[in-house]
Amino acid sequence: MSTITLDPKIPSGPLADKWANFKAASKLVSPGNKRRYELIVVGTGLSGGSAAAVFGEQGYNVKCFCYQDSPRRAHSIAAQGGINAAKNYQNDGDSVDRLFMDTIKGGDFRSRESNVYRLAQVSTHIIDQCVAQGVPFAREYGGMLANRSFGGAQVSRTFYARGQTGQQLLLGVYSELSHQISAGTVKMNPRHEMLDLVIVDGQAKGIITRNMVTGEIEAHAADAVILASGGYGNAFFLSTNAMGCNVTATYRAYRRGALFANPCFTQIHPTCIPVSGEYQSKLTLMSESLRNDGRIWVPKRKEDCGKKVADIPEDDRDYFLERKYPSYGNLAPRDISSRSAKEVCDEGRGVGPGGLGVYMDFADAIKRLGESTIRERYGNLFEMYKNITGENAYETPMRIYPAVHYTMGGLWVDYELQSNVPGLFVIGEANFSDHGANRLGASALMQGLADGYFVLPYTIGNYLAPVRGTCPDVNRPEFKQAVEEVKERVNRLLSIKGTRTVDSFHKEIGKLLWDECGMARSKEGLEMAIKKFDQIREEFWSNVCVLGDGDELNASLEKAGRVADFIEFGQLMCEDALDRNESCGGHFRVEYQTLEGEALRNDDDYFYVSAWKYTGEGNKPELIKEPLQYEGVKLATRSYK
Amino acid sequence: MNFHLKIWRQAEGKGRGGFQDVDARDIPSEASFLEMLDIVNDRLSEGGDEPVAFDHDCREGICGSCSLTINGVPQGPGRGTACQLYMRKFSDGDTIYIEPFRVGAFPVIKDLVINRSAFDRVIAAGGYISERCGNAQDANDTPIPKTVADYAMDAAACIGCGACAAACPNGSAMLFVSAKIGHLGLLPQGKPEANRRVRRMVAKMDAEGFGNCSNYYECEAVCPAGVPAAFIAKMNRDYALASVRNAVEATA
Ligand SMILES: Cc1cc2nc3c(=O)[nH]c(=O)nc-3n(C[C@H](O)[C@H](O)[C@H](O)COP(=O)(O)OP(=O)(O)OC[C@H]3O[C@@H](n4cnc5c(N)ncnc54)[C@H](O)[C@@H]3O)c2cc1C
Ligand code: SF4
Ligand code: FES
Repeated sequence: MSTITLDPKIPSGPLADKWANFKAASKLVSPGNKRRYELIVVGTGLSGGSAAAVFGEQGYNVKCFCYQDSPRRAHSIAAQGGINAAKNYQNDGDSVDRLFMDTIKGGDFRSRESNVYRLAQVSTHIIDQCVAQGVPFAREYGGMLANRSFGGAQVSRTFYARGQTGQQLLLGVYSELSHQISAGTVKMNPRHEMLDLVIVDGQAKGIITRNMVTGEIEAHAADAVILASGGYGNAFFLSTNAMGCNVTATYRAYRRGALFANPCFTQIHPTCIPVSGEYQSKLTLMSESLRNDGRIWVPKRKEDCGKKVADIPEDDRDYFLERKYPSYGNLAPRDISSRSAKEVCDEGRGVGPGGLGVYMDFADAIKRLGESTIRERYGNLFEMYKNITGENAYETPMRIYPAVHYTMGGLWVDYELQSNVPGLFVIGEANFSDHGANRLGASALMQGLADGYFVLPYTIGNYLAPVRGTCPDVNRPEFKQAVEEVKERVNRLLSIKGTRTVDSFHKEIGKLLWDECGMARSKEGLEMAIKKFDQIREEFWSNVCVLGDGDELNASLEKAGRVADFIEFGQLMCEDALDRNESCGGHFRVEYQTLEGEALRNDDDYFYVSAWKYTGEGNKPELIKEPLQYEGVKLATRSYK
Repeated sequence: MNFHLKIWRQAEGKGRGGFQDVDARDIPSEASFLEMLDIVNDRLSEGGDEPVAFDHDCREGICGSCSLTINGVPQGPGRGTACQLYMRKFSDGDTIYIEPFRVGAFPVIKDLVINRSAFDRVIAAGGYISERCGNAQDANDTPIPKTVADYAMDAAACIGCGACAAACPNGSAMLFVSAKIGHLGLLPQGKPEANRRVRRMVAKMDAEGFGNCSNYYECEAVCPAGVPAAFIAKMNRDYALASVRNAVEATA
């Protein structure tokens, strides 16, 4: 029997008034008292960096951590395409309600309605804020901001800075953070990896880190801990995430009692450069914005797959997205587009090496708009494609294939972005709340900045105001014990001295997850994978080889710790996927599909958030459900036809 | 493909370091430079040798983590970062020297990993626009001509890698610093603080031990983000003006 009941703390009132009602009733910490608080922020991406900067600006004492050598290198930097906001600058019928509806529907009705509505509401302020700090968004000749369209929407609401939107947004955040660092309110700790969460009297009061240069294991205490550590896509080994992205920060919190919500909801992005060999370390995304002008097709007949593009006449091509989803066409949402690509490749109609690829063709757009317009829109992406594949996409279509890209699951949080552990807040990709079973393009950047700039600074007051003066001393036994445990784990990894490299384990679980918990999942496959994970975990802890010492920069040791957590976490993903006997968004269970092969949702039995509780190493985790309640939205079958 | 690598190895904080000879055999031509190093590291590990330490993260040319000097050229041959360099650019049998960026202000931590925190401190000295979150005017209230926004973006594209300083015979960080000053100073939002910004950032750059610019323009040639050296000239003008204004204000 479950010991926890989850209270999402949704404020009263109609959907559109909830946020205002909440703010009016929330507790404040007075300006003079803010400096008496210590806050820990793990992560300097859009979510963590913005939160740390605002907290510093408000007068709190902030300790901020990241594993890179500089906060400016957080993985948000790699986002290419853009950021959504319901500005309706294009006068094409956009509104807060429409952005809200698109996001709920895009998430296949598995996100929390009130959080999503708030996200749509604050989206408009984000753009104002970014422009004020000097983000050079693309503009029209009249000097106004330009927009483009992204998947799952019929309006143009995406703001962008060439193909480097994430970079420019993050540099904006970084500049504010730097301002606070120089003002002395934020103490930045780069090259520090969080390896544990410290709980004192049932509340999150600190973290344990490893200084990645000296190897020192350090304890840090605070009044509250904010995790902004990003997503866990690297569980799959090959993904579009940066090499260091990990689940360690959130997984360690899970082991300390925080619930992990919807871990099986992962996003496979339809437009990535296909895998080319065993040696490959990561996959490269080709921004979804390309789907504004690129048409996706494969040959109608298998026999044509080996032919040159020029030798396949128009009539023999199958523009499968345009055919299946005429109203959204090439801009169908990601989960649907990815699955369609997999289907045509499974039918043997894929192109390129191994038959794992489909064409994204710009010939029509170049004919219509001219090469220079296409170059202006996507020049850097075409260059990147050429650099990686050696092919010129102005002349021959790009080859693309789906790849793991984003994780909708994350630590469970309530409306205040607080986990079930008091004092532990989770923001950005690390939490679960806003994207349901599938995220729409350009909405992760929106969520990261919304959480950090506009939501958490308001919601954290309810926790902080009453707890003033409870920041514990790092000499308390809870900290000492956590330090000892972390040291022991590090020493254990170094002392195994087995025969297999860390990467070989990572590749093994990556393939297992891709095959059994990727674009298509089945009961048998998942059950097999869950068993397999037990074996892999055992072998890892008896046969991994980690060279070097603990008291210096040691990349294999860092990786080993992360992979050890991915192994345990991968099993949790499979448990979650197995429990959910329905198909929704990125979670496609082959047993549950319509006659046409579309996802078959089951709202009667699965209209809930799955929040998992840790019950000890090797034990089956406990499922706790947060039933979803929709007030403004009527459940409907998602259709993009 | 096969290569003879000469890789810089340096223990942490100790010793002077030196080149290690490593043969890299059977490397696929489609592998990136860092993937080639992954393969080498895997083999070193299997043989019980400690793998080579190098910084990297995004492997897409945008985070600025990777920082290798390849055959004497920071970020290696061609435009772009080391992570975006593919082995097909080399010839079979080539000897390849791999070193860290060599800049006095960027001390070596271990092997190919350096400490670039001086750049963060230069930005903290003034590379921002002071504004308070939550009070911004509507984003379209101030139109910004497309040409101005585009030019600001050319500078803002800097990935903070440090190759410019590594390429400069004087170890000057002018391209990096001028990129931030140019980006913010071109935009209307950045103008109110422009004088103070340029004075503070330049002073900090000097204090961190970066050298002066004597117009070699090696920086522009290696910059993976294509930041034009014209921003250095702009910064020098801005700095001169700001110094004069400062002097006038002080006597007024
Ligand atoms: C290639 C690519 C393109 C994308 N394009 C878009 C797009 O166009 N539009 C869009 O909306 N979204 C896009 N996304 C998604 C979006 O970029 C991310 O979801 C978002 O940036 C995540 O921000 P974040 O602040 O949550 O985390 P991140 O930016 O990932 O930051 C995580 C931070 O946590 C730190 N950290 C992590 N673990 C630890 C640890 N154990 N100890 C200490 N520190 C730690 C890291 O150092 C880092 O500072 C893209 C993603 C990818 C991979
Ligand atoms: S100016 Fe160019 S070379 Fe210098 S740090 Fe920026 S991106 Fe790197
Ligand atoms: S690893 Fe990010 S730029 Fe090379």
